[in-house]
Amino acid sequence: MEPLSNRSKKVQKREMTFAERAYLPAIAQGLGITLKHFFKKKATINYPEQTRERSDIWRGLHVLKRDENGAERCTACGLCAVACPAEAITMTAGERKAGEEHLYREEKYAVTYEVNMLRCIFCGLCEEACPKAAIFLQDDKLAPARYERDEFIYGKDRLVEPLKTTETK
Amino acid sequence: MESVDLIYKGIFILVIFGITLLIATYSTYFERKIAAFIQDRVGPNRAGPFGLLQPLADAGKLFFKEEFIPAKANKALFIIGPGIAMLVATMSSAVIPFGDMLIVGGREIWLQAIDVNIGVLYVFGIVSLGVYGLMIGGWASNNKFSLLGAIRAASQNISYELAMGLSLIAVLMMTGSLSLREIAEQQQGFNWNIWYQPLGFIIFLVCAFAETNRTPFDLPESEAELIGGYHTEYGSMKLGMYLFAEYINIFVVSAVMSTLYFGAYNFPFMENLRSAISDPVLANNVVTLVGVAVMFAKIFAFIFFFMWVRWTLPRFRYDQLMKLGWQILIPLAILNMVLTGGAILLKDSLF
Repeated sequence: MEPLSNRSKKVQKREMTFAERAYLPAIAQGLGITLKHFFKKKATINYPEQTRERSDIWRGLHVLKRDENGAERCTACGLCAVACPAEAITMTAGERKAGEEHLYREEKYAVTYEVNMLRCIFCGLCEEACPKAAIFLQDDKLAPARYERDEFIYGKDRLVEPLKTTETK
Repeated sequence: MESVDLIYKGIFILVIFGITLLIATYSTYFERKIAAFIQDRVGPNRAGPFGLLQPLADAGKLFFKEEFIPAKANKALFIIGPGIAMLVATMSSAVIPFGDMLIVGGREIWLQAIDVNIGVLYVFGIVSLGVYGLMIGGWASNNKFSLLGAIRAASQNISYELAMGLSLIAVLMMTGSLSLREIAEQQQGFNWNIWYQPLGFIIFLVCAFAETNRTPFDLPESEAELIGGYHTEYGSMKLGMYLFAEYINIFVVSAVMSTLYFGAYNFPFMENLRSAISDPVLANNVVTLVGVAVMFAKIFAFIFFFMWVRWTLPRFRYDQLMKLGWQILIPLAILNMVLTGGAILLKDSLF
């Protein structure tokens, strides 16, 4: 058959030397390599006891912050939902009633606030968009694996910062 | 034989049996540990300190699994298969001299279960029976892949037994005895057979790998590409028995190799140690006990070597395996025999 191009190369199989055919020198070499690895420092991180070190700006699980008096900062303006490239955030807004001033900082607040952790790409654009400094991605928490898909939709019960931590902080 | 001797032998056999099982159990642990270390991991470390209880956890798991027997399998043979493998594996450690002689209260106690004058033949006879375990298990499963695996195992074992036996003949020509105790005694101090039989030892070692179905010759199992070989249909403790028998075989073959080539319980400067202690009985006992420790150190070194090789070399192709066995190892073993015979003749006429 005529060659299509002249780029094909003739491959010549080199005759093996006696040492190569004897196989034993190569085995000794291989054993040397594995023995070197035997004494090497191990790469394993013993997970529950140790965790891999994270960067200071690691973007983990979301938190809805409270202000210094313990009132929720979120006003349900929806800028985070707009900014979200994965469309993971939904919320419904409500009006603050009289007597709820200690719960919500502004007159308008988020009645529901849901982040779908399966959609979220943890880009951090929501915390950049937030004008009230209400949503942040924590650097020490993850959204853990779960069995059901619904369990990945985090509502306010799991997102809002617990009261106690604000008091101590 | 006196009844005291009988009782002693009974106890000794039980102890050896226990040690064999213990070593086989912990071989599984060390196999995983060594594999992990070679691959820059840490291995099992959850069950107990350093994961030392892992073998017990594994055994517990295997015991509680369902005893499954395939519908069309030959039930009796299916159960007998792993039994034979296990029985045969534990039998051969009976003739291995784990140490010299202890003197307790004027009574000589030999640290060997039975001294048969055909010890080497006994070991080989028993080891070759091991094929029946695999073959029966593979055939009784009534699964063509099991059968193919069993046939692979049988033909591999038979091929390598030849080269193994031939390489051994050179040792027997030198020692002039088939008794493992006599072979051990002739290797006083540092006068080990390995110095006279390096080629024979390498052939024996390669064949030992093939006989115990270890990588690079683990084609009977080749779990990655051929399902599981002869134990495809096995589960639960019957599978455990097969795997366990493999580790016992490694232990036995390591013990045989240390006895035949690495001087069994002999160690360098043995006589210096013996003469350094004035009381002859105490001297004998100390030397013997150190010898037992040395013997086990050699066995463990070989077991480590088996695992080290397993995690270094990839598997042979089947035609390469057969070619190596029939076209390379057997001629080499015959050459080794001729060389040994010539050397023995020349030694007589020259010196």
